Amino acid sequence: MTTATVANQAAPDAAPRAASGRPFVEFDQVSLAYDDSGNAIEDINLTIHQGEFVAFVGPSGCGKSTFMKLCTGLHGPTEGTVRVDGQRVVGPLKITGMAFQNATLLPWRTTLDNVMLPLEIVQPHRKRLRKERQAYRDKAMRLLETVGLGAYADSYPWQLSGGMQQRASICRALIHDPELLMLDEPFGALDAFTREELWGVLSELWEANRFTVVLVTHDLREAAYLADTIYVMSARPGRILEQRHVDFARPRDLELTYTPAFTDLIHDLRGRIGAIREGRTE
Amino acid sequence: MKPLSTNAKMRIAPWAAVIILLVVWEGVVRLLGVPQYVFPGVIDTANALVNYYEPVGLHAWQTFWTTVIGFLIGVAVGLGLGIVVGSSPLMYRACYPLLVAFNAIPKVAFVPILVVWFGIGTVPAIITAFLICFFPIVVNVATGLATLEPEMEDVLRVLGARRLDVLLKVGLPRSMPYFFASLKVAITLAFVGTVVSETVASNQGIGYLMMSAGSQMRMPLVFAGLITISVMAMVMYQVFAWMESHITGWAHRR
Ligand SMILES: Nc1ncnc2c1ncn2[C@@H]1O[C@H](COP(=O)(O)OP(=O)(O)O)[C@@H](O)[C@H]1O
Ligand SMILES: [Mg+2]
Repeated sequence: MTTATVANQAAPDAAPRAASGRPFVEFDQVSLAYDDSGNAIEDINLTIHQGEFVAFVGPSGCGKSTFMKLCTGLHGPTEGTVRVDGQRVVGPLKITGMAFQNATLLPWRTTLDNVMLPLEIVQPHRKRLRKERQAYRDKAMRLLETVGLGAYADSYPWQLSGGMQQRASICRALIHDPELLMLDEPFGALDAFTREELWGVLSELWEANRFTVVLVTHDLREAAYLADTIYVMSARPGRILEQRHVDFARPRDLELTYTPAFTDLIHDLRGRIGAIREGRTE
Repeated sequence: MKPLSTNAKMRIAPWAAVIILLVVWEGVVRLLGVPQYVFPGVIDTANALVNYYEPVGLHAWQTFWTTVIGFLIGVAVGLGLGIVVGSSPLMYRACYPLLVAFNAIPKVAFVPILVVWFGIGTVPAIITAFLICFFPIVVNVATGLATLEPEMEDVLRVLGARRLDVLLKVGLPRSMPYFFASLKVAITLAFVGTVVSETVASNQGIGYLMMSAGSQMRMPLVFAGLITISVMAMVMYQVFAWMESHITGWAHRR
C-alpha cells in the first residue's frame, strides 16, 4: 500500500538524478516496537543514495528520531533489515555524525575542544590524536572557520549564541569526516533569520564534501530548500506516506524560496501533512 | 557617614549576624539571671575557651582528623556507589530504595554495634562519620550521571564509545558540580557523626569533652566545645564551597 502511495504521489521521477550515487542506506520492510505498546515505526522501505540529501517531515511522535536510531545502529529493528553501504547494520556506525535540536556542547570545554571530542573516541583518530594533536587542531580550526566560528574557538559554549552553538555542534558531527550526517531538528530552536543563515552554512559544507545527509525537520521550507528528497511520514506508527524529489538546481539561493515553484511545493506538502493530522491518510 | 554599597553590605552581613546573635545570647542570659551552670553567657564561654585552650585544642584536633578520615572514606565510597547507581536505570531502580532506607536509620543506633565490634575510641567515630556522610554524595553523583542527556550519549555511542568513555568524557565531569555541592553537606554531617560517637563511646574528642564537662556541671566548657565544633564545621564548609566554585565554575556561569 505504501509503495502504491509513493508511486501515485511522487513527482515525475523518471530521469535518474545526476546527484544520486550508489545505494547507501537501505531499509527493507523495517519495523520497530520499543515495547509492547505497538510499532513506533512500521514497514519502512527506502533507499538513500550516497551523497543524497534527504529530509524527513511528519507530525511529532511519528518516529523520525526512531528512524535515525535505526539508521545509525543505535537501535536494532524488530523486523526487517537495515543496510548501510551494503553491510547489514548490527551496532553503532562510526561513519556517522549526529547533531540534535539542543547543541549538547559540553560546558567545561572550549568550542574547539568540543569539536574535537569525537576524535578522542573514534578510531583511528583516537590512537593518533596524541601524536598528531597539532594537525587535528588545525583541521578543527579550519572547520570552525568555514562555519564562521574561527574567532570563537577558545570561547565556552555559554558565551555563544544559540546559532553559534548549533554551528559548533555541526562541526563536532563532521570532524571525523563521517559519510553519513544525521541531523535531528537541528535548527528547530533557532529564530527564522539564524535558521536561514545556517541553511546556507549546511549546504556549503555539503556541497564541498557530499556526504549523505538525513535531516529531520518540522519546517517544510527547510526540507524543500535543502533536500534532494523529502519523505513524509504518517502519525504513529510511522510509515512513509510519500517520497518527493526536489529538483531545484544547486547551489540554491534563498531567493528560490520566494519562487512560485517553491511555494507550490510547500503548499502541496502542507496539504499532505494537514490531511495526516486530520487522520485522512489517503 | 557614607551609605554602604550593596557589595559591602553583602560582605558584612554574615559577621553582623554573628555579632547580633552573641549580643542577644549574652543579653538574655544576663537579663534573666540564668546561672552559669545552667546556661553560660558569651563571656563565660569565651573565658572557658581561653582558660582551657589546651585540652580543648587537643580534643578538637582528635575530632578533626577523625572526621576527615571518616569523610574521606565517605567520599571514596560515595563516589564509587554513586557511579554504580547512576550508571544505569536498572541499578538506579535496584539500589535507590535500599539507600533511602539505610539513610533513614539514625546513625547513633550503629554506635553500640560498632563498640561491640571495635571497642570504644577512634574507630567507631570514624565509621559513624563515614556512615552519616556518604549518602548525599551517592545521591548527588548518581543524579549527575542519571540526568545525562540521551542525545549526548547517542553522539558518543554512535562513534563507538564504550561505557567507560562516556563516563570519563561526559558523565563524571558533568556530575562534578553535583559532587562538590554534596561535599559541603557531607563534611558537616561527618562532624555530627564523629561527635555523636565520641559522646557515647570515646574518651577523646570534643564529644567526649562535652559529655564529661556536662556531667561535672561545667557548662561554660560544654559550650566552649559546642562553639569549637561549629567553627570547625563552618571552616570546612567554606573550604569545600570555595573548591566548588573554583573547580566547577563553568556550572555557575550559564
Ligand atoms: N526509547 C523509547 N522507548 C519507548 N518508546 C519510545 C522510545 N523512543 C521513542 N518512543 C516512542 O516512539 C514513538 C516515536 O518517537 P520518536 O521517534 O522520538 O518521534 P519523533 O522524533 O518523530 O517525534 C513515540 O510514540 C515515542 O513515545
Ligand atoms: Mg524527535
